Amino acid sequence: MADRKVVIIGSGPAGLTAALYSARANLSPLLVDGLEAGGQLMLTTAVENFPGFRTGIQGPQLMEEMREQAAHFGTEFVQGDVTRVDLRARPFAVTLGDDRTVTTDTLIIATGASARWLDIGSDKTLSGRGVSTCATCDGYFFREKPIGVVGGGDSAMEEAIYLARLASKVTVIHRRDTLRASKIMQDKAFKNPKIDFVWNAEVEDVKDVSRGHVTGVVIRDLKTQQSRELPLQGLFIAIGHTPNTALFRGQLQLDDNGYIVTHSGTKTSVPGVFAAGDVQDHVYRQAVTAAGTGCMAALDAERYLEGIPDEETEATMSAGRPA
Amino acid sequence: MASDKVKILTDGNFEQEIKQGVTLVDFWAPWCGPCRLIAPSVEALASEFEGRATVAKMNVDENPIVPAKFRILGIPTLLLFKDGELAETIVGLRPKDELAGLLNRHAPVGVGDAKPA
Repeated sequence: MADRKVVIIGSGPAGLTAALYSARANLSPLLVDGLEAGGQLMLTTAVENFPGFRTGIQGPQLMEEMREQAAHFGTEFVQGDVTRVDLRARPFAVTLGDDRTVTTDTLIIATGASARWLDIGSDKTLSGRGVSTCATCDGYFFREKPIGVVGGGDSAMEEAIYLARLASKVTVIHRRDTLRASKIMQDKAFKNPKIDFVWNAEVEDVKDVSRGHVTGVVIRDLKTQQSRELPLQGLFIAIGHTPNTALFRGQLQLDDNGYIVTHSGTKTSVPGVFAAGDVQDHVYRQAVTAAGTGCMAALDAERYLEGIPDEETEATMSAGRPA
Repeated sequence: MASDKVKILTDGNFEQEIKQGVTLVDFWAPWCGPCRLIAPSVEALASEFEGRATVAKMNVDENPIVPAKFRILGIPTLLLFKDGELAETIVGLRPKDELAGLLNRHAPVGVGDAKPA
């Protein structure tokens, strides 16, 4: 017999909502936090698009509320990371950081996604030494200094606008000649007198690894192939996220970008294993959609435990849905 | 939690406090999410290593001098000092076991016991 009916990996909005629902269904879930407990919202400031908070709520506070709510209904939490999972045998086995193995009938994966790095080496080496993926954490150290932001999406614009309040000047470096960011974010960024744009450029290198801090950023113009060094003292990287799926490689079907493939709700390629939130979603990536799929995963797991066959689950689900 | 076991360092008392024995200093700020995540590990280590090493924290918002001296440009950053000398730099969120391993390496059982209170 398995130790647990439900184990959830991840403590962002997806994991905590899955915990809330499965706890309320008396499934006594065990939730493994992961190292980046609370997920990406822990790195944000005001969240103004989570329904129910008319004046917005701070990301870390929202996560604390969700966590307390899940705990209130009996979720058990363990700190730290999962080091290994075995999805080939039943029950599934989940090995924790302290080498303890927990067996479970169902597994809900909500490990989310982490900030992507540039893949040039020097950016990682100088992480915390002038290179950062978290403007709200590290922007403070660049007051009145010239800095760069890499990326052209909403997060890049959000970081640039936030950093413009602190830095002397913000240079946005983007690979294309147009932004992917939403209209409202673009307008805000273009209007900001402290934000400049370098278009069609790629970061080649961050200087200076030998000196242990950032003295400049070498960029290459993708049209002319000319390289030049910008005299920046900090570089913030906002080029998207990579799903945290290394644990499941070879055991679950992943797409070309490493996201878990789900079908008919939150089902993965292994019956009894469900996935929710950013680990299976590279399209919407919102706190509210993560929470939504977390709820779905808990309901899917509950039905699976009740032994309801797939076809019937889908029939019941669609019967309850307005046409 | 044993938060009272984590020594509070300031620009004023920093040098005095780190000059003897092994001291792990957690540089943090209230607005930093990941700092909140590493805080429970730091608090636990303060209890576990009591008598062997000092575990301390410094608020970078209130203390500009020491963080600038050690070129801290991102938090959380943890610095480990051995008799006043910088021995290790850890940048970003790390698991508690890794931090404990570091302290074990620099302050093995029995060695730090003679450290003056």
